Amino acid sequence: MKALLPAEFADLEPFAAQWCLPTEHERYHARLASTTEEMQTFYDAVTPRAEAAMDYLDALSLDSLPDEATNLLYLLYSMIQASFPVELWRQPRVPDSGATSFDCFVEPVP
Amino acid sequence: MPRFPKPPEGSWTERYPNLGTGPVSYDDSITPEYFEREKEAVFKRAWLNVGRVEQLPRIGSYFTKDVRAAHASIIVVRDRERRVRAFHNMCRHRGNKLVWTDDPKNESQGICRQFACKYHGWRYGLDGSLTYIQQEGEFFDVDKSQWGLAPVHCEVWAGFIFVNFAQEPTQSLREFLGPMVTDLEGYPFERMTSRFGYTTTVGANWKLFMDAFAEFYHAPVLHGNQSPEKYSNAARQAGFEAPHYQIERPHRLVSTSGVRFWEMGPDMTKPMERLTQGGLFGPWEPADLGELPKGVNPAKCDPWGLDSFQLFPNFVILIWSQGWYLTYHYWPTSYNTHVFEGNVYFLPAKNARERVAQEMSAVTFKEFALQDANTLEATQMMLETRYVDRFLLNDQEILCRALHTEVRDWIDAHEVREGVRR
Repeated sequence: MKALLPAEFADLEPFAAQWCLPTEHERYHARLASTTEEMQTFYDAVTPRAEAAMDYLDALSLDSLPDEATNLLYLLYSMIQASFPVELWRQPRVPDSGATSFDCFVEPVP
Repeated sequence: MPRFPKPPEGSWTERYPNLGTGPVSYDDSITPEYFEREKEAVFKRAWLNVGRVEQLPRIGSYFTKDVRAAHASIIVVRDRERRVRAFHNMCRHRGNKLVWTDDPKNESQGICRQFACKYHGWRYGLDGSLTYIQQEGEFFDVDKSQWGLAPVHCEVWAGFIFVNFAQEPTQSLREFLGPMVTDLEGYPFERMTSRFGYTTTVGANWKLFMDAFAEFYHAPVLHGNQSPEKYSNAARQAGFEAPHYQIERPHRLVSTSGVRFWEMGPDMTKPMERLTQGGLFGPWEPADLGELPKGVNPAKCDPWGLDSFQLFPNFVILIWSQGWYLTYHYWPTSYNTHVFEGNVYFLPAKNARERVAQEMSAVTFKEFALQDANTLEATQMMLETRYVDRFLLNDQEILCRALHTEVRDWIDAHEVREGVRR
């Protein structure tokens, strides 16, 4: 199977299929569909690699990223999503937010 | 001792004597009857922001907007002269909704050369003129020039598109906005095209939700759990005070002092904030916007965090010192529901690091908004029980007091003018 991420980040490939998602809507719902433990595992794997990932991406033009690099950027966006349950809430949802939603209908590309 | 000096009148609230300092009632937020009066006196009279010019990039670009509080549905379009116009979204033939996709209850957007009615094929130019009638010869002496789309008053300020549903607005848009707002001209809104937009339906009266964003007294408490314990304890201990409030009716402003997270120790910020260099206050690296217009941070607060310009009735422009801005819209759909829209605008990111800091800022914004939304549904629920109808407001909640007062005054003035009552 073709790798989703650049070869330099092959160690993060196990998380790519689940977290390389192009929209906030998909990333937020992946978060709600995951357990805190799953997100902790993802967070622990990706945060030590985030500086290297940003260095890698900063060497490229943001307007014309190759697919693998775009996926790496999406993975960083998902890392941010996962950080709230992991660092603060210890549950996927914001506590006391009930059934409330706040749907993202437009966002920058990429 | 207050951290920031109060005005000579003794408090911000007493500076504006029409507000009073007594307990208030929220009777204006819990009945269908009051909402009907707001529709007539406020939403069919005031200038309402419906979007920005960047949403209409080309000739023929359009979007539709349902404004339930004015019982209206409109098309906003850029015509062949590149002018932004607004029309009631209704065919002049039999009254069908003219522009819609799939479901007429949903808003839509796109680009077109003309508008064609799905029902009998009547067509209209981008300037609203009726250009084609199917089987025109079957009608009786029709002068097509008299049957264009019904126009809605539409004016643009600083790239913000406003409409007014009055037959004849009593003020131009500029007069309505007044100097406190128009002094923002020159702020580079048009360069901030990196946009995150969010929407939700909130089960609370629109004014009660505006109140939640009109005071920061709640922030250290409701949002305390968003920060590391050491920071939230310090914030709760200190409480909240704003260095500056300003009311130039009907609009309101609060400026806050800044918090320099990036100068704090690691036990005061979250690991993800340090990693991404972003958070609630935005990217830690400030955007270079050049010299800002005099309307930004008008009291010259230093340090300065943000200005929240609350434009009457339902629109907020919130300018952050880090060089980005937010807008809020509160569109009432009934006395106890409204559609809340939040938009976050940044300069386009030049590289991935900047983009990641923007993502962190936008995601943090959403986490906070989710806490606010659910809390206000709880408020609405209890107010509707009507067992208690007197509530206290402090000086940091002056803008809440001012909004309810302003709405009441508009209703009074309108009903007297219309002879509904004396």
